[in-house]
Amino acid sequence: MGAVTRPNEIYIERLNKSYSQQQTAGDLHYIIQDVDLVVKGGEFFVLLGPSGCGKSTLLSLIAGFVSKTSGHLRVGEKEVDRPGQDRAVVFPQADSSLFPWLTVRENVEFGLRMKRIPAARRKEISDRFIGMVGLKGHENKFPRELSGGMKQRVQLARVLSNDPGILLMDEPFGALDAMTRRTMQRELVKIWQETDKTVIFVTHDIQEALLLGGRIGIMSAGPSSRITDIYEVPLSYPRDLAAPEFHELYNRIQAHFDE
Amino acid sequence: MSKKIKNGPLQVLFWIALIVIWQLVSLVYGPEILPGPIYTAKGGYELLMDGTLLQYIGISSYRVLLGWTLGSLVAVPIGIIIGKVGFIRIFAEPFLNFIRFIPPIAFITLFLVWFGIGETSKVMLIMYATFFIVILNTFTGVLSVEEDKIRSARSMGASEWQIVVHVIIPATVPYIFTGIRLAMGTSFMAIIGAEMIASNEGVGYLIWNSRLFFRTDWIFVGLICLGLMGFLTDRAVGLLGRRMLARYGVVSTTSLKR
Repeated sequence: MGAVTRPNEIYIERLNKSYSQQQTAGDLHYIIQDVDLVVKGGEFFVLLGPSGCGKSTLLSLIAGFVSKTSGHLRVGEKEVDRPGQDRAVVFPQADSSLFPWLTVRENVEFGLRMKRIPAARRKEISDRFIGMVGLKGHENKFPRELSGGMKQRVQLARVLSNDPGILLMDEPFGALDAMTRRTMQRELVKIWQETDKTVIFVTHDIQEALLLGGRIGIMSAGPSSRITDIYEVPLSYPRDLAAPEFHELYNRIQAHFDE
Repeated sequence: MSKKIKNGPLQVLFWIALIVIWQLVSLVYGPEILPGPIYTAKGGYELLMDGTLLQYIGISSYRVLLGWTLGSLVAVPIGIIIGKVGFIRIFAEPFLNFIRFIPPIAFITLFLVWFGIGETSKVMLIMYATFFIVILNTFTGVLSVEEDKIRSARSMGASEWQIVVHVIIPATVPYIFTGIRLAMGTSFMAIIGAEMIASNEGVGYLIWNSRLFFRTDWIFVGLICLGLMGFLTDRAVGLLGRRMLARYGVVSTTSLKR
């Protein structure tokens, strides 16, 4: 400690979340219990765990969509109690989160428009991020005219244009076909390296976790799930699926879920 | 496209067949019981020539359009508020589901007492007929806006007011549109009832008054006019919606285009 806290660092200490009403101790059904985690600024952190283990709940807590039951959750110096522009969320389903009545460009400029940024500046920013996610030439299309992968690109460009310090991504490539998925994973790493964001990426796919993460946090099956282990991934980007180190790590992580 | 070309002649054939059957059946029962198409056309021509038909169609349409427009304009914001504010919804929802089962016609006497025998009572009745359907559809629409949309807007820095204006209202447009389109149907029912009981002008008056002269052919003229008025206004509203609101997901509901 002691060093200046970067605004895109995340501190989580003994964090608990329960949806049950009765507050009598011992009777609470925790979704997640006693989660401790520090994510450094600019880090690519992957949350890996089986379905229904509370990964998304943890992400929603960090996003500020739901409130914690107890414990500490800080982003930078600030305790999280509501959504904020410093934490952008990429949702698993683009269809439920994009605005279908707006074109690609209008979707990407949404946050900027809410902040009343002048049109010329908006266009500059949206041009940059539409280009970065590879959607140049599709600016005037509506989401319904795009494929699943392209829609997730729109989501990504839309959050990036608000320049958040932290990207919270909830299985964003889960609904995509395998080929598109690989492309998106590669490009996400590239965008992360270009922009220096903190990324928390939720997935249940070990391979995806190893392709993307600098560190991988393993969540135990719910209820009362917690982060049981954290793996450092000492491999350089872009990651080589065929490398023996990749295999070795894969098997070690796989062993967690076989028990 | 090829389907459309095939459908055209079939449609014409269908209507011709309908008119032929109508004529044949009317021959069996005689013109007093069931006036045939020729009789009805003659009656219609008569009413057209003395000017009453167009005047009545005009006055009925005016009442419907005015009441329906005013009713919708008031109902949409109320529906949005009910959908957005849970506390209000707790009280509003049972009340709405209670009152929507009371047909407008049941209120005619009361409306005459409250708003007089002039135009006001009729327009108010149409407003009533429009009001609850539009409110119900609007707030259902507000409730079905996906949480992800609201959450993503919020984490992109939108204020609560901006979320209403830039997310909830655009996402609710198809529901609002369906509501006002359905309300058009109930508005026609309401106006005919009102004109039968408490008016001396309008298509409803024509249908009701014709019984005094036993002019069943005039009744048929009135019925056909009603059908045409409803059909045409619905098409016009549908077309307008498709043209202006396509980006909000309002689609054509005419089965021919499917």
